[in-house]
Amino acid sequence: MTYLRAVLLVAGKDLRVELRSREQLVTLLFFALLVLVVFNFAFDFTVIDFVTLGPGVLWVAFIFSGVLAIGRSFQIEREQDRIQGILLSPIDRSAFYLGKVAATVLFMAVVEILIVPVAVVMFNFRFSGRILLAILALLLNTVGFAAVGTLFAAMTTSTRRSELLLPLLLFPAAVPVALAAVKTTSHVLAGRPFAAYGHWLQMSAAYDVIFLAAAVLLFDYVLED
Amino acid sequence: MVVSSRAVMAKRAVESTANGTAVLAERILFILVAVLVPYCLHVVFRIVPTEGKMGVVQRIFYFHVPSAFAGFLGVGLCALFSALYLWTRDRRLDLLAHASAEIGVLFFTIVLLTGPIWARPVWGVWWTGEVRLTSTLVLWLLYMGYLILRRSAESPDQAARFCAVLGIVGALDVPIIYYSVEWWRGLHPRVLKISGGQGLDPAMGKALALCSVTFLLFFLLLLLLRVRLGRLQDDVEALTLDAGRRAPRAETA
Repeated sequence: MTYLRAVLLVAGKDLRVELRSREQLVTLLFFALLVLVVFNFAFDFTVIDFVTLGPGVLWVAFIFSGVLAIGRSFQIEREQDRIQGILLSPIDRSAFYLGKVAATVLFMAVVEILIVPVAVVMFNFRFSGRILLAILALLLNTVGFAAVGTLFAAMTTSTRRSELLLPLLLFPAAVPVALAAVKTTSHVLAGRPFAAYGHWLQMSAAYDVIFLAAAVLLFDYVLED
Repeated sequence: MVVSSRAVMAKRAVESTANGTAVLAERILFILVAVLVPYCLHVVFRIVPTEGKMGVVQRIFYFHVPSAFAGFLGVGLCALFSALYLWTRDRRLDLLAHASAEIGVLFFTIVLLTGPIWARPVWGVWWTGEVRLTSTLVLWLLYMGYLILRRSAESPDQAARFCAVLGIVGALDVPIIYYSVEWWRGLHPRVLKISGGQGLDPAMGKALALCSVTFLLFFLLLLLLRVRLGRLQDDVEALTLDAGRRAPRAETA
């Protein structure tokens, strides 16, 4: 139980910082919104069906703002060497990692929850699919993205090219997440049967399990200094 | 300066037995590769029959596919040496992991260059969203990231640890990337399957096997050379640091 408590404490710390400063969420939201606006100019959605391009547009917005969220999450720890405090505290380092992932997932989820309705209005889409499955797909892929991203951010923020390096490493590694997310979302939106995209949900779940486990095992080596 | 070079020499002397074997292996590999590469060219261009439909350009297949094998070998060895490095913290394993990734990227670059040269006359396009092209490109990007991460690290120790973690995570990711891209393209018709099997002339199979063995030996040769280069770089760095430390003292004296 103490392990879970440590995870929750780390996640709670990030949330408290955010609730007091309200910096990050506003920035992330505006950034995601901007991406939607850019796509609104790039494609004519009165001609193109939202189901064809919408999921891709949404996930580009989520992934771009997600990368910012993940990078920021470790940047604040490196500022004034706050991370030393974490390293000195008697908690497992993997608990620190999981807490960071939890906080990032929560931030990304808030952005997703607020951006989806905006996109629906902006692109005149009438939602008719199974909403629970859509939420499950969002959640599974957000967890996978945050899992790999948080591990990479812990490394990149202590290198010389921190801001540039994170997307460079994360985007190729997160290609399965992006593909699964886009495919599942578009199948759900199109109202196709579960059999058509069940394997994508399985893959997202497998990706989450594999990389959360790998990161928990490897995180000690990342935070050695 | 004398003392420091002596320190390096002492280090060298301790490792000299291991080094002797490596240098011997390097020489043997060099001779093998020097003989096999011209022989491969001879077989590929003069012995193997020309493929019926695709014509002469099909011969690029004997370099394209073995390069892919060597590239995957690089990815696999990188993960293996990375895990061993995190376990033992032996600098040589880190150099091996780095060399594997770097040479893997080199061979995947050859794959990505020879692919379009073949695709243009056969498929009529330089590039398509075909499964293997896309996933190989993603893989190449991932390991380019590995090399950039290595150059961006603050210290050799940090570079070694971070790259070891990325080497392991990357290798776990490779099969998932391949599956996901294949499913993603699943609805589209496959333009052509490159994999052999049906209708592959026995002479073609033999040539492919010969070229694959040659490329793998070539891979190993490059690996040994790259590791030796890495160790020399370490030595230079140690000597430079030492000289830097000594210089101010010499001025005050």
